[in-house]
Amino acid sequence: MVENIGLPAPLASPASCLGDPVAPYSAVNFMETLLRLLQQDATVSREDLARQLNLPVADVNARITALENDGVIRGYQAIVDRERFDQNTVTAFIEVRITPERGGGFDRIAQRIAKFDQVVSCYLISGGYDLLVVVQGTSLREVASFVSEKLSTIESVISTATLFRLKTYKENGALFTTDTPEDRLAVSP
Amino acid sequence: MNDKIAAHVRDIPRSGIRDFFEIVQSMHDVISLGIGEPDFVTPWHIREAALFSLEKGRTGYTSNLGLPKLREAIANYVARKFHVQYHAPSEVLVSVGVSEAIDIALRALLNPGDEVLYHEPCYVSYNPSVTLAHGKAVSVPVHEKDNFQLRADELAKRITPKSKILLLNFPTNPTGATMPREALEPIAELCVKHDLIVLSDEIYAELTYDGAEHASIATLPGMRDRTVFLHGLSKGWAMTGFRIGYACAPAPLIEAMMKIHQYAILCAPIMTQDAAIEALEHGDAAVAHMREKYELRRNYIVSALNDMGLPCPTPRGAFYVFADIRPTGLTSREFSLRLLEEQKVAVVPGTAFGKDGEGFVRCSYATSLEQIKIAMERMARFVTAAGRK
Repeated sequence: MVENIGLPAPLASPASCLGDPVAPYSAVNFMETLLRLLQQDATVSREDLARQLNLPVADVNARITALENDGVIRGYQAIVDRERFDQNTVTAFIEVRITPERGGGFDRIAQRIAKFDQVVSCYLISGGYDLLVVVQGTSLREVASFVSEKLSTIESVISTATLFRLKTYKENGALFTTDTPEDRLAVSP
Repeated sequence: MNDKIAAHVRDIPRSGIRDFFEIVQSMHDVISLGIGEPDFVTPWHIREAALFSLEKGRTGYTSNLGLPKLREAIANYVARKFHVQYHAPSEVLVSVGVSEAIDIALRALLNPGDEVLYHEPCYVSYNPSVTLAHGKAVSVPVHEKDNFQLRADELAKRITPKSKILLLNFPTNPTGATMPREALEPIAELCVKHDLIVLSDEIYAELTYDGAEHASIATLPGMRDRTVFLHGLSKGWAMTGFRIGYACAPAPLIEAMMKIHQYAILCAPIMTQDAAIEALEHGDAAVAHMREKYELRRNYIVSALNDMGLPCPTPRGAFYVFADIRPTGLTSREFSLRLLEEQKVAVVPGTAFGKDGEGFVRCSYATSLEQIKIAMERMARFVTAAGRK
């Protein structure tokens, strides 16, 4: 079991594990580019992807299916600015310290925590605490009671620190504030 | 008053692109594929460097040649990317965009009547810049069948005892043409044989696609000491408004160019010079990201143009497709005006880039893919309708 310190080993890129030629400065590195395009906008049509990548649509479909089957693509979701929809959603980042188990390390307990519906993300972290747990609820009280009744009561949990989100500026690469206005010349040499 | 204007200035025709710009400007809801600058905002880390420069109160003049640290960064970048070595203190000059560098290079080199060869269709400023420097501009046509590359035999035919300069621009605005090393070799041989100086505008060098590596003519045998290597931050780094270009050349030439630059311009703005250092030293990833975006859009637009019956080989550089519109039977200007009126899509008639651009229109893909998609749908409708008439 790797100790919970330092940086994780870099993952092999999907392109190299799936046997694509890797050419610098070029979009011929299809898998890498395909993933990036989907991460930017998963709603892009297969036809548009095919045109951009200069590949047949069937080929694009096959590559995406392979990425899904290999578990590289775990799902597709919308990036939502909840504040524009309702004011009630509460998001908390909870720093959790736990006692690792002999033989299992942090995994079993982390997985146990991750299974709660209230938990939207859960990461093993280096530094002063072990797990960063992102929890969502409809009120402060709801999140607080989840922490005190569910999280803190787990035997190997030593301590928790709950940090409430006040405002989102950027999420998954999407800025939540609009940038520069469009003032380009209509035609230029 | 017109009779007071200097004859060589008065005789320069109005820019074709400017005419067209005014028509487009007067209309609403136009999707423009007519824009010759990146649609990206300058990468944040570079903008932040400019802010930091202002914050530190760096608001004065710099050395005429440019900040020593920037010239060092330029020499390092050019050596790293293009494999040409320049001595930063004496062989590098920072200009206000490549346009200024071309102007001062021409003025430093030309005696009245000296001839400057340049390939056409080309960027709109080359011909008038030569005229303004009292030289004679001699165009060498490039052809679609050669992928718009410059052919040595076409060039050789136009060399005279008065030929002094060859102006090159690869990757090319407006054709997207690139010149691999093998294609540059016979050109370089002619330059050596006829003792020509080369002004090589390599502003689109970073925007070379399909994994191809940009080759500079300065790397060919006998060429370094007869080449003015011209480059800048505008295109690859999306920094058009920063106005930073540079020239690398043998010291006597830089010294001569500096004489003009110091009296006409003094120096490029200090805060954008500071930002340029950041761009050159830490901008590779951002450039690669934008290049990938352009390449994907290029693939899209080329495929769409071919599908609508406008034959279009895949250009390998810059961010332009020079689409062959001859199948429609329209002239470049008719095509562009009618496409604008009927479908509200702006492209630039090929003739804006020289008479050899007839039969083509320049479509820029420095615009979001969403816009390109709509533009291509509208253009396909237009071409289908034009084909029925």
